[in-house]
Amino acid sequence: MDGANIRKALSMMDERGSGEGAGYVAYGAFPEFAECYAIHVFFDTVHETKPAVDQELAKWGTIIHEEEIPTYEQQNLRKIHTPWRYFFLPDPHLMPRSTTPEDDIVMHLVMKVNTTIPGALIYSSGKNIALFKASGWPEEVADFYRIQDYKGYLWLGHNRYPTNTPGWWGGAHPFNLLHWSVVHNGEITSYGTNRRYIESYGYRCSMFTDTEVVAYLFDLLVRRHQLSPEIAVKALAPPFWDDIDRMPEKVARLNTAIRLTYGPALMNGPFAIVVARPDAIVGFTDRIKLRPLVTGTSGSKLYISSEEAAIRIMEPGVGDITMPRAGEPIIGRVVA
Amino acid sequence: MNTVRIDARGMHYSLLNTAIRKAVASGVREIIVDNVMGQRFIADGLKGDATLTIHGVPGGDLGMFMSGPTCIVHGNCDHAPGNTMDNGKIIIHGSAGDAVAHSMRGGKVFVRDNVGYRAGIHMKQYMEKRPVLVIGGSYRAFLGEYMAGGLILSLGDPAVHPHTERGIGSGIHGGKIVIRGNIDEYYLGVGARTFTLSNEGMDEIIPLIEEYAGYFGIDPDPLIHESYTQVTPSSSRPFASKYTWE
Repeated sequence: MDGANIRKALSMMDERGSGEGAGYVAYGAFPEFAECYAIHVFFDTVHETKPAVDQELAKWGTIIHEEEIPTYEQQNLRKIHTPWRYFFLPDPHLMPRSTTPEDDIVMHLVMKVNTTIPGALIYSSGKNIALFKASGWPEEVADFYRIQDYKGYLWLGHNRYPTNTPGWWGGAHPFNLLHWSVVHNGEITSYGTNRRYIESYGYRCSMFTDTEVVAYLFDLLVRRHQLSPEIAVKALAPPFWDDIDRMPEKVARLNTAIRLTYGPALMNGPFAIVVARPDAIVGFTDRIKLRPLVTGTSGSKLYISSEEAAIRIMEPGVGDITMPRAGEPIIGRVVA
Repeated sequence: MNTVRIDARGMHYSLLNTAIRKAVASGVREIIVDNVMGQRFIADGLKGDATLTIHGVPGGDLGMFMSGPTCIVHGNCDHAPGNTMDNGKIIIHGSAGDAVAHSMRGGKVFVRDNVGYRAGIHMKQYMEKRPVLVIGGSYRAFLGEYMAGGLILSLGDPAVHPHTERGIGSGIHGGKIVIRGNIDEYYLGVGARTFTLSNEGMDEIIPLIEEYAGYFGIDPDPLIHESYTQVTPSSSRPFASKYTWE
């Protein structure tokens, strides 16, 4: 799928945004560099800041290819950062005690650059993943990067209405870390608790907004703790205690254990979230359903959206439009 | 000219509403809108007695503040159709999203199939104004949340849509929710209590069942012979102690 369709879907929901941030992510966008980590950086000024990032990357591996991300001037979109992408191969020998040395090196680089090199922000770092975001309306951001020129097997798109934090390029969704990308409607009122918890595992929040903790929580729970996406969602949006009391004993014990183990990962507040990784996509809402989520399928395609019309504009023949229950994960797995 | 047909394909909601208002102002009684796709706020604040037939999927807040007209939707609705509606009717041949009939003040909303979370949230009533929401399929949690007046009637078959959604009438302090079958008290919200629907209560809902059945072409008799549970506030001021010191 190229990016033209998802642009159309987002433009159905312009009322949900304020023109201060929009973005897209495409999985499978760089087949010629599929094995490399596609490290995306916003530079304030390339000549001042880039040498420091180059130097940091060179410490940990090899830059196979790099380029300024092509952009196309838009009337209302001010290019305040220069988006750049590196195709990077980390050297696994440099992280000898890790079971996932490449991922850990790249995660370290993201945290290091974003907290110690002013004027540089790594906003995406996964293999074969292209991320496009900026401050603007969804149509402008799509045209700014010409996302119709990219193809992917999995796309996320987002239109932001910043409420509690300022709109800026880094604060636009999707958020990405390694193989995870996240789009989010709502607010995570438990951000403080979640942030303290995730930072105790070495993650550093640097985007000035709540959504990035979701990417880090999924990385911790699913990649590092190896929970299934179903169990991870139960940790983030668990059943109520009184519902757990009415479950069969074994199920109740499992749910109790998850809540007790992952208490600080529980996310409060209104949210509808979609998380993607290369082999799957999961959508879920907060447990009292304070934000909308609609799903539909057509053949082997799964659509998850805030509104039914956005799905129908992409897929007029969509079959089974459904509204998932609060806290119920909708999981799509990549086939073939 | 008594009928106007509008093709809404690719049309912004403000232009669509301008076209609808213009038609109504010129005395048109029947407006057919085709190819609706996500346009919000259709017929908002519209007055009069025109009938709008909508083909497609309208966006949120269909018929908000509407006073008088009838909207017949052939398709699903997004969030909050009938939001703060004052009078008139919305008849949905399909399902609707969350917060259906949000803060409704008068008129009637009929949903053939399912509604999302918080249907009928903060419906209210005053003197002759008494809004009605009729649901043919399933409802989700917090049905009639903070309800202050009006009537919600849920006709869904409990064998198909079991009553397992929490928070029915959570914070209810006026109005009435009538649900087909029995409700386990566990699923009631704070401040709500249940009774079996009385004969007088039945007399009140029979015309609504007949009206629902008429719109959607079904036989009302089996529904009329079902038993119903009524959910109402546990007292006239269930939350007095929370906000006042007397």
